Amino acid sequence: MEFAELIKTPRADNVVLHRPFHLAVEGTLCLTGHHLIFSSRRQDNAEELWLLHSNIDSIEKRFMGSLGTIVIKCKDLRIIQLDIPGMEECLNIASSIEALSTLDSVTLMYPFFYRPMFEVLEDGWSSFLLEQEFELLSSVTNEWRLSCVNKEFSVCPSYPPVVIVPKCVDDEALRKVALFRHGGRFPVLSYYHKKNGMAMMRSSQPLTGTNGRRCKEDEKLINATLRSGRRGFVIDTRPLTVAQQARAKGGGFEQEVHYPQWRRIHKYIERFNILQESFIKLVEACNDQSHNMDRWLSKLEASNWLTHIKELLTAACLAAQCIDREGASVLVHGSEGTDSTLQVTSLAQIILDPRCRTIRGFEALVVREWLQAGHPFQQRCAQSAYSNSKQKWEAPVFLLFLECVWQIHRQFPCSFEFNEQFLIMLFEHAYASQFGTFLGNNENERAKLKLPQKTMSLWSWVNRPDELSRFQNPLYEANSLVIWPSVAPQSLQLWEGVFLRWNRPSKFLEEAEEERINIIKYNKELQAKVNALRRQLAEMETDEEAQEEP
Amino acid sequence: VENVRLLDRLSSRRAVVGTLYLTATHVIFVENGSETRKETWVLHSQISSIEKQATTATGCPLLIRCKNFQVIQLVIPQERDCHDVYISLIRLARPVKYEELYCFSFNPKLDKEEREQGWKLVDLNEEYNRMGVPNNYWQISDVNRDYGVCDSYPTEVYVPKSATAHIIVGSSKFRSRRRFPALSYYCKGNNASICRSSQPLSGFSARCLEDEQMLQAIRKANPGSDFIYVVDTRPKLNAMANRAAGKGYENEDNYSNIKFQFIGIENIHVMRNSLQKMLEVCELKSPSMSDFLWGLENSGWLKHIKAIMDAGIFIAKAVAEEGVSVLVHCSDGWDRTAQVCSVASLLLDPYYRTMKGFMVLIEKDWVSFGHKFNHRYGNLDGDPKEISPVIDQFIECVWQLMEQLPCAFEFNERFLIHIQHHIYSCQFGNFLCNSQKERRELKIKERTYSLWAHLWKNRADYLNPLYRSDHSQTQGTLHPQIAPCNFLYKFWSGMYNRFEKGLHPRQSVTDYLMAVKEETQQLEEELEVLQERLANLQKSQSGDNKVKSKQQDRSKQFGLYTSNNSLANTPQEYSNDLKSFPSRSPSQGDEDSALILTQDNLKSSDPDLSANSDQESGVEDLSCRSPSGGGCLPSEDSGKDSDEAVFLAG
Repeated sequence: MEFAELIKTPRADNVVLHRPFHLAVEGTLCLTGHHLIFSSRRQDNAEELWLLHSNIDSIEKRFMGSLGTIVIKCKDLRIIQLDIPGMEECLNIASSIEALSTLDSVTLMYPFFYRPMFEVLEDGWSSFLLEQEFELLSSVTNEWRLSCVNKEFSVCPSYPPVVIVPKCVDDEALRKVALFRHGGRFPVLSYYHKKNGMAMMRSSQPLTGTNGRRCKEDEKLINATLRSGRRGFVIDTRPLTVAQQARAKGGGFEQEVHYPQWRRIHKYIERFNILQESFIKLVEACNDQSHNMDRWLSKLEASNWLTHIKELLTAACLAAQCIDREGASVLVHGSEGTDSTLQVTSLAQIILDPRCRTIRGFEALVVREWLQAGHPFQQRCAQSAYSNSKQKWEAPVFLLFLECVWQIHRQFPCSFEFNEQFLIMLFEHAYASQFGTFLGNNENERAKLKLPQKTMSLWSWVNRPDELSRFQNPLYEANSLVIWPSVAPQSLQLWEGVFLRWNRPSKFLEEAEEERINIIKYNKELQAKVNALRRQLAEMETDEEAQEEP
Repeated sequence: VENVRLLDRLSSRRAVVGTLYLTATHVIFVENGSETRKETWVLHSQISSIEKQATTATGCPLLIRCKNFQVIQLVIPQERDCHDVYISLIRLARPVKYEELYCFSFNPKLDKEEREQGWKLVDLNEEYNRMGVPNNYWQISDVNRDYGVCDSYPTEVYVPKSATAHIIVGSSKFRSRRRFPALSYYCKGNNASICRSSQPLSGFSARCLEDEQMLQAIRKANPGSDFIYVVDTRPKLNAMANRAAGKGYENEDNYSNIKFQFIGIENIHVMRNSLQKMLEVCELKSPSMSDFLWGLENSGWLKHIKAIMDAGIFIAKAVAEEGVSVLVHCSDGWDRTAQVCSVASLLLDPYYRTMKGFMVLIEKDWVSFGHKFNHRYGNLDGDPKEISPVIDQFIECVWQLMEQLPCAFEFNERFLIHIQHHIYSCQFGNFLCNSQKERRELKIKERTYSLWAHLWKNRADYLNPLYRSDHSQTQGTLHPQIAPCNFLYKFWSGMYNRFEKGLHPRQSVTDYLMAVKEETQQLEEELEVLQERLANLQKSQSGDNKVKSKQQDRSKQFGLYTSNNSLANTPQEYSNDLKSFPSRSPSQGDEDSALILTQDNLKSSDPDLSANSDQESGVEDLSCRSPSGGGCLPSEDSGKDSDEAVFLAG
């Protein structure tokens, strides 16, 4: 298909762009296959806006005489308005944008066309392999092994080809366990706590059904993570009633009789479709321009967004506490094990593992616990908060995870190597990107699409020193401790950097960040100077002594 | 009283046993236990209410709420002791004479001269001169020399040059409590000014020629503008109701060249109730997010804060952008007027955003113009209906501005919190009484000490590391976003949950940056010494021993500094409290126990989640600075909480 067919009016002049907190600018609008480009013609202050069509969540058009207005709502939550003279031009442009922003074939997406303007120093597609992860693990324990049982994605279509499992369980047993777990997602290692050798596993629900089916291999697999005489915890992210109801549909939960060494805790995290509703309500509230303070707080409350944040953080803290304080192994699952399960396991690692608070470590965490673990990014991030489609696969599951990281970051501002911008950048790229990283729903699909061959990895770009410097937290000082965040309502705040990003003045806050960076930078420069001088002096003094001696 | 238990109000399972002492000035709780004799000191004047609750099997609970938002829950074994403590505290917390207040016995061991110096730190004459008055338009008036015209005004008041004594006196008779229009802030750049007064006694139709002339004089003092704004900070309905009592507001028809404007800020009773409601929310044990947000909204507190800010912003804009003078009043002109004038001044003049300037501002708009500190903050036993968090709201406005403009203020959040603390503590004489007249009669300056000197001495603790006097945010008028930014007003947990350390960020960016800056300064000094040494060495090849030894001293100091700081980075005490972790045998009903566990979690886990450290990990990085803000505020009475993570609670 040629994009040109979809673009009836590729260019319009005298278009006026309106954005909150900016003066309106007049300029030229151009449409290309993947971008909407607006450039102002003002000589003094030439400005260009490039917007990926895939970033557009919804568009509205209206007319005042022959002046058409298009309101574009983006997946990164920004809203812009374009006034386009000429009814026909406006209609053409609107329909082109609509068509181009809702292409249904993945292979037509921009990542397949994007040619990077930078030199690739390190191919991000091979930066974070599970094999490397396993190597690290083997240096501290030999209780685990890499299994290639899923090499052809035949045992579990949403798992990566290699997984880490207890050494004493063979591939044959894994195949049997896969049949006993929803979607074949048998328990695999998510995190190994070096301090006490406890493990966090994740899976999907067991298929016990109404008649209490059991699977000896499943029991053996998860028991393999227990020390003799110790118990473990199953953290089920559904309430008990929901877990019980799941039995009617063939699902279920670990029955006490068959898993006597495990204590089950139900820690409810909302399902993804509820989260999407909450997301839409919250963004609506944030874009409300009314002046009434009461309505703002009640809308914030009604969106339930912060409640979800609190629940999620609490569940993650609970998992972390079981491992670190109780010295117990943990298995986390909900129903499918692709959403709330991953939120809990990845957040628990942020709390427990200092490595996950570094830039590289966090990237590895996202790859391991989200991309390789089969979080269906393509479904969940197809639309954002302005979507009016009634498809029910969209949900801000990953965004919630990022926000929880931000909440912990806010409470421990010196313990993370990355800054808030890094988290916001990941949010943006999960929804619309020139990189192929977040395309597809799992490794299986990514392999079929040949993404590593045909597209550029986000990590290839982010990890270049030039880019990296924008995402570094100047206050970072490695903190090897477990960090326990507060989950009291007083301690949780709205993530303004995402939700108020386009409708709050940010100049003063940016200046403050700059100031912080400068203070640290100056300090480091001085330190370097002093050290150099000290060395120089020491050398001169020894020279002198050497001269004096003879 | 011995064997008293001090409960942690966030977790009933955490309690410490100790001894309770009552002294003439303090309630002191000393923990038993030889190693950590942790003490909690509470000034009697901080006590806002004492509540004796129903006796339980373990003893008699006593709940003490403080004006600085500390809540202390004690359990006293004997009912009789509890009653005695209760009765004594009720008496001690409500002194009837000023002489009983702590500032008359507080002695920081300063000699007379130092005390006098302290009082001279903030000098309002100097301040008016700094503003640029007296000048061609404004002069000092001695009409109130012996408080003869208005007993709640200071003796020295600035008025327009064209306002004669006759006009002032005439105008004062037409204003509530004779609080005639007087200068609060003068803008040197464009001659616009902010004046303040009380409401006119206009009733439905009364007029006063002198009052009309007074407003004319204010307008004439600003030749660049042909009208003035008269801002009534009350809701319109309240102002209209006042007319029936012979008071009211200016009629635009009677006063030439005024623009009249209502800006609805609610009265002290509404504000008192609003704070009460918000504090109830803060005190909830493990509230859900909905409870909290709903309660916060229902209290209306942030709405009131916004109303005050909006009024201040309106006035600052009128003065800075339109160059128009403004007369501000409410009813008596000592509460809302003080709030609004000081917010506007803060926005207009960068000087008030410095530490010294902020002290001057409070002294000018609050202390000298007769804000009734004694009545509002209940220093002496009095009418509870007079109590209201008026200056607390102003202090919060400043904090909200600091959040939006992080580089604009020379001082930090701690400075505001400590000022709030001392407005209630009565440890210093600054905020005693209801007016300058009363303070002079009591000879406050001879008998007590000034808070400003105390804060100034410790100013290093109160600096905002992001402040630079040459930064754009510290120049000229501030323009906070006036657009629909309701969401920019946030709950201030640092103030209202001040003593719940577990709720606050575990690492303080401010403290961290201050430590970096301090180190930077030492590096600068060392660099200088090193360069000097280098130069010396290069000059004479023979080693100069003097310089050498001096340098060694330096580096010793420097080394000391880093290691001192690393002490503060030692993980905080972590008492593992998971004994109560459910240890039922697994053979018990599986589903039941799981359910119970979950419910328990919901009930008591949440706010306890707080610890940035764990025992086992020990001290990790000795060379590291101290980002974990364990720093205890110098004048704080409560000890540090030990931190625990209790996600699972039995």
